[in-house]
Amino acid sequence: MSMTISEKILAKAAGKKEVEAGEIIMANIDVAMMHDLTGPLAVEAFKKIGSEKVWDPSKVVVLFDHQVPADSIEAAENHIIMRKFVKEQGIEDFYDVREGICHQVLPEKGHVVPGDVIVGTDSHTCTHGALGAFATGIGSTDMAMVLATGKLWFKVPETIRFEIEGQPKNHVCAKDIILYIIGKMGIDGATYKACEFTGSTVKNMTISERLVLCNMAIEMGGKTGIIEADEKTIEYVKRRSKKPYNIMKTDPDAPSLESMQVNVESLEPQIACPHNVDNVKPISEVEGTEIDQIFIGSCTNGRIEDLRYAAKILKGGEISERVRMLVIPASREVYTKALDEGLIKIFIDAGAIVCNPCCGPCLGGHIGLLGPGEVSLSTSNRNFKGRQGSPESEVYLSSAAVAAASAIKGKITHPNNI
Amino acid sequence: MKGKVWKFEDDIDTDQIIPGRYLVIRDPKKLAKHLMEGIDPQFPDKVKKGDFIVAGKNFGCGSSREHAPLALKGAGISAVIAESFARIFYRNAINLGIPLLEAPGISKHLKTGDEIEIDLEKGIIKKDKREFKFKKLPEFMVEILKKGGLIPYLKNKNW
Ligand code: SF4
Repeated sequence: MSMTISEKILAKAAGKKEVEAGEIIMANIDVAMMHDLTGPLAVEAFKKIGSEKVWDPSKVVVLFDHQVPADSIEAAENHIIMRKFVKEQGIEDFYDVREGICHQVLPEKGHVVPGDVIVGTDSHTCTHGALGAFATGIGSTDMAMVLATGKLWFKVPETIRFEIEGQPKNHVCAKDIILYIIGKMGIDGATYKACEFTGSTVKNMTISERLVLCNMAIEMGGKTGIIEADEKTIEYVKRRSKKPYNIMKTDPDAPSLESMQVNVESLEPQIACPHNVDNVKPISEVEGTEIDQIFIGSCTNGRIEDLRYAAKILKGGEISERVRMLVIPASREVYTKALDEGLIKIFIDAGAIVCNPCCGPCLGGHIGLLGPGEVSLSTSNRNFKGRQGSPESEVYLSSAAVAAASAIKGKITHPNNI
Repeated sequence: MKGKVWKFEDDIDTDQIIPGRYLVIRDPKKLAKHLMEGIDPQFPDKVKKGDFIVAGKNFGCGSSREHAPLALKGAGISAVIAESFARIFYRNAINLGIPLLEAPGISKHLKTGDEIEIDLEKGIIKKDKREFKFKKLPEFMVEILKKGGLIPYLKNKNW
């Protein structure tokens, strides 16, 4: 039978020759990821099942990224719970406060390879589909089941395949493309579905750009984002991982496949306006909106390419007096590269604050929170009411290029106008 | 199950159900003190054990934080009724033993303050003399709910 990549991966994980969309299967899990914020609940639930040992400590990855370094006693306690768990279970793939955001560290450290089933107690786990894996976010109780049994039930999803074509204009980034798609689909337009990205535009993208597309699949309700592995993927994975991999491809005649054509040739930079990610407008409609805080970072756009882009725009310039700007590299590797390339100095000279690799203000639980009435322009992935602090604050989402240009003017600005 | 309705809009996300700054809390009762604070800071004082939440489409979208259904549980919400649910929230709530009832069109008919009765077995929501149907859950989810959640369900199984 013809199948999609997602169906092929899930069939393999369930030990079956084929599966069909809608079918409920029990899949073996290849990687189970937990972080400091949702991990403790999973550990609690795991203990309640009465299990003593995780099914396979070599398949569990634990990292701290949401509240690092600990910003409260409760956060420190959560870290203690997870450190203890890691030790008693013999989990070797543990990244304490220093390493960075889970959705950057996992691929960087070689935990993600094509054909794997990856679950994480974080909704943006769908990011990892960019390397041809089936990756999805789960809750803490689901994770407890995985830790105890190595398995989890899934309803095999249908697939929406976005065929993206066209050479984007100058300053139009992967972020603009995915925001545009989310704007068209709506916040629940892909609920329960696998979102596959394909077409010549995707082929030409770097791995970092592909990670951006898949990262935001959840913002239209998707179960995963996924991209067929190609030479670029293999090159990236081989440098970082010794794990065996399986390249799967979608059969174009798979019955559960629905295709959508997206042409990005004439696309402008896109902005998601408060308070929903699908409230997307071309930049021309919101240019000039005044901003209090700019945040460049997160698992969407805190990678080295984003920092390079922002630094290129900021170089030699200074950010507006009316804004504060936070730059947070997504990982230690990104941070060191940025240091070596002189990007950090450019940011500091321009007047930005550079923080340690972490989620930062993205989830409104750690540093850089917004006060009532304040407006943020952020390269992260969510702008729900209160997401970055006060329920009376507002968050706009953009690419790193637009964020950097806007930092100079203190208002939303097209990089062409710098 | 009988109780009072609290009505919400479409696309209620988990940041509104339980804002990010409370995610360091793990105790359901303490989380319940901030339930829906993103929309209505007084909500935790108003809601009572046994009440229902009724909402439009895509309830629970956004993050995978199990703190959201845990806060509902801590507040004693006996079921959430919505036109549709977001995927991860759906799994999380069922796993914690909270019934989620998908009833397309329901939000037009119910408002805050209504008294309703739910028959889980029959798949019916009753308000005064009127009856509304909700989509029946897959069998193994009913099993999980009957056991009180995924954890008690797993305890009696061999994997
Ligand atoms: S950067 Fe933001 S979206 Fe990404 S994992 Fe951290 S909190 Fe979640």
